[in-house]
Amino acid sequence: MAQAALERPLDDWLAEQTEKSLLRFFTCGSVDDGKSTLIGRLLYDSRLILDDQLARLRADSRNRSAGEEGIDFSLLVDGLAAEREQGITIDVAYRFFSTARRKFIVADTPGHEQYTRNMATGASNADLALVLVDARKGLLDQTRRHSFILSLIGVRHVVLVVNKIDLVDYDAAVYAEIEAAYRAFAAPLGFETLAAIPVSALRGDNILGPSGRTPWYRGPALVPYLEDIEVSRDATKAPFRFPVQWVNRAGIDFRGFSGTIASGSVKVGDEILVAASRKPARISRIVTMDGDLDAAGTGQAVTLLLDREVDIARGDVLAHAGEVPEYSNQFQARIIWMQEEPAYPGRSYLLKLGSQQVGATITGIKHRTNVNTLEKAAATSLALNEVGTLTIATDRPIAFDAFGGEGHTGAFILIDRLSNATLGAGVIDFGLRRAQNLSYQNFDVTRDVRADMKRQTPRIVWFTGLSGSGKSTVANLLEKRLTMEGRHAYILDGDNVRHGLNRDLGFTEADRIENIRRVAEVARLMADAGLIVIVSFISPFRNERQLAREIAGDIAFTEVHVDTPLEVCEARDPKGLYAKARRGELRNFTGIDSPFEAPEHPDVTLHGAVETPEAMAEALYAQLR
Amino acid sequence: MTAQQARLTHLQKLEAESIEIFREVAASFERPVMMYSIGKDSSVLLHLARKAFYPSRIPFPLLHIDTGWKFSEMIAFRDRMAEAHGLDLLAHTNEEGRAANVNPFDHGSARYTDIMKTQALRQALNAGRYDAAIGGARRDEEKSRAKERIFSHRNASHAWDPRNQRPELWRLFNTRIAPGESMRIFPLSNWTELDIWTYIYAEQIPIVPLYFAARRPVVERSGTLIMVDDHRLPLAEGEVPAEEFVRFRTLGCYPLTGAIRSRATDLPGIIMEMQASRTSEREGRLIDSDEAGSMEKKKQEGYF
Repeated sequence: MAQAALERPLDDWLAEQTEKSLLRFFTCGSVDDGKSTLIGRLLYDSRLILDDQLARLRADSRNRSAGEEGIDFSLLVDGLAAEREQGITIDVAYRFFSTARRKFIVADTPGHEQYTRNMATGASNADLALVLVDARKGLLDQTRRHSFILSLIGVRHVVLVVNKIDLVDYDAAVYAEIEAAYRAFAAPLGFETLAAIPVSALRGDNILGPSGRTPWYRGPALVPYLEDIEVSRDATKAPFRFPVQWVNRAGIDFRGFSGTIASGSVKVGDEILVAASRKPARISRIVTMDGDLDAAGTGQAVTLLLDREVDIARGDVLAHAGEVPEYSNQFQARIIWMQEEPAYPGRSYLLKLGSQQVGATITGIKHRTNVNTLEKAAATSLALNEVGTLTIATDRPIAFDAFGGEGHTGAFILIDRLSNATLGAGVIDFGLRRAQNLSYQNFDVTRDVRADMKRQTPRIVWFTGLSGSGKSTVANLLEKRLTMEGRHAYILDGDNVRHGLNRDLGFTEADRIENIRRVAEVARLMADAGLIVIVSFISPFRNERQLAREIAGDIAFTEVHVDTPLEVCEARDPKGLYAKARRGELRNFTGIDSPFEAPEHPDVTLHGAVETPEAMAEALYAQLR
Repeated sequence: MTAQQARLTHLQKLEAESIEIFREVAASFERPVMMYSIGKDSSVLLHLARKAFYPSRIPFPLLHIDTGWKFSEMIAFRDRMAEAHGLDLLAHTNEEGRAANVNPFDHGSARYTDIMKTQALRQALNAGRYDAAIGGARRDEEKSRAKERIFSHRNASHAWDPRNQRPELWRLFNTRIAPGESMRIFPLSNWTELDIWTYIYAEQIPIVPLYFAARRPVVERSGTLIMVDDHRLPLAEGEVPAEEFVRFRTLGCYPLTGAIRSRATDLPGIIMEMQASRTSEREGRLIDSDEAGSMEKKKQEGYF
């Protein structure tokens, strides 16, 4: 490639370099199907492995299984020390090569199930997937799992690469059987294009050009196919979506909205709407550092100016009037869960979609999809690497489209509020209109009026602590003290509530979350009625206490940690529960076989092992006054 | 361009992606900073940052870690750029290291790099309480870089945990961090060396003249050409600098950066030479070849 270029006029060649198109693809499939070897082969054949890299590679290939060229190609792509030690791919690696016609970015993704989230990372920005199959083994669970996940993530073009065809003696029948099986499996996944190519990555068959050893195969070789395939859709047909990323205030006369056009196109003079407020305006300028544009399309990063003052901030989405995105706080989505800690209905997360970030709760799990068989089954939670269809409610409405069109305006991630980990990735199927039909009734007698009548400030005092730590004793003393002062308080006690409102709930993690959610809602209603609500629940999980605080909204919320060491609680054991738990008769008991996540920043900490209940209640009362 | 011209070229796509990343940083972090190393990648990074926020000025400072051993032409170029674009430019040197006269000759490249680069960087990031540091690293440079996310999380001691990276889907960057933690952001992740050069050519971006061949004083040491940039380079007995036509493929500390013999005095010349070359750009860097996996190790310790 380089040599040919040198013989041609420089400027022509450079112009060609700047005009090339880009194809992003990724490789997936089972462990040992030869993904890394295939990428190594592509780089080697494109003469992209340089002398010093080759020397290093040959040195590294000693003590390892190497191919005909004395090179273990997989070493080229396995970059982390742990990967080289174990001989497996853990995380996605990006490689670059180009041909005379196109530039390529390849993501080599891991095959092991435990690293599925890294595979999804590689898939999410790819235009096309190479699904590798070992000709000797045919379709495996991983072939099916990867194909399902890449279809979920939005990859629309697939090449089935039947590798190691040399090891089945270039047998046409073996190839035909695998191709037919895969086409049957993939039909419901709805790929836009699906091609199959028999190759040997190790020996180079059907990589750069047709192989003489597979005369029965009449299709294109892999590289020519990748050079030719058209993956971009007609941008002019897609609806215009512009998520505002950053407000550009360059002086008093310049208020621009910067962002990347997610789909469609826009031109000066177009009438647009803000998706949330439905406020209209016209595009007055499309600004870039290279000069103003008359029009701009999908993928361009621009700054839009409007002909009038409209309240617009980061997170707003601009669209053409007549084709606005959905705007709702409830939708159905499919998500892939990426965290060891499972997903439960009722848990509160952060949701990021485009430049919008809001609080979100899983309101229900419709079913889990078996990623190997595509069968659906009922589920109450989603574990690591599982895919489920569920309903989600957000704290406030967001603008989105059903996933699958141009641009990713229907894709989101879920983030843990405390650890900030990325927990899952989701795609929206459709919005649920319930939210719009169910509005809150506003009454004339407000919380303030009711509070005034009682001459007190309604609040929620939330006790957390181990069983036997002294929560109920202190709560009881506090209520007595408040009552003596003429205040109207009420205790919600864990044991009592479980006899009535929550008698349908057990002690699994999912049930504990629902237990807390219901109690938090009841506490909010009681405080809204004007009461001082004392909640005495073990409430062992930070996430749920955070949820309770959020449900309380603008009602004063005091988190009280009764911090009594486990040994002391266990020695007290007023209900004999610790003894039972130690004997194994009681499962999921906090402190024994279920964790207690101590608050990091409680509003009040009471030391139950050193202070008397009376002193603690008095101290707390003083704090609340 | 018109909207009907549906397909962007690969350079246009890379440019738009980088601009989007810059804007996401500005919108999501309280105290971002951009690392500015004065090399060709930094020149492209600076150009893209200007595009991302135009007509506003770049809304964060630029930070140069000055080891005290950079080529003098680099420092002159840096100051010219700061002046021309009204940049908020900060330069930081590890003063303890300088006072102890830490240098590549007496302390070896590994210790020198750790003290004057990695430690200096950590000092500057801590002092500025920066929660986001933008760097010009590319995935095609080195194997462990090829594995890194665009938004790459660092714990409170600036360490990278390669085995536990956050999934990064679509263009939805998780920018959340806990107090004391930070994020490293790499807007050039998907650019190759050739992309950088063709973009510099197409956009006429100014770069340090050391990239172009000229007659320069060099000494040859174990096959590497070292430029005698000032009197501090200790010469062995009988070692006499020779005037040779050389240029640099990467720029760093002059005693650790090898030159190549070249006649390429303009961009097309450089690009042609690069296409014909059979070695990678980092070969001229002495710090990467100390041991296998050395970059991954350095990154875990906080190196960029």
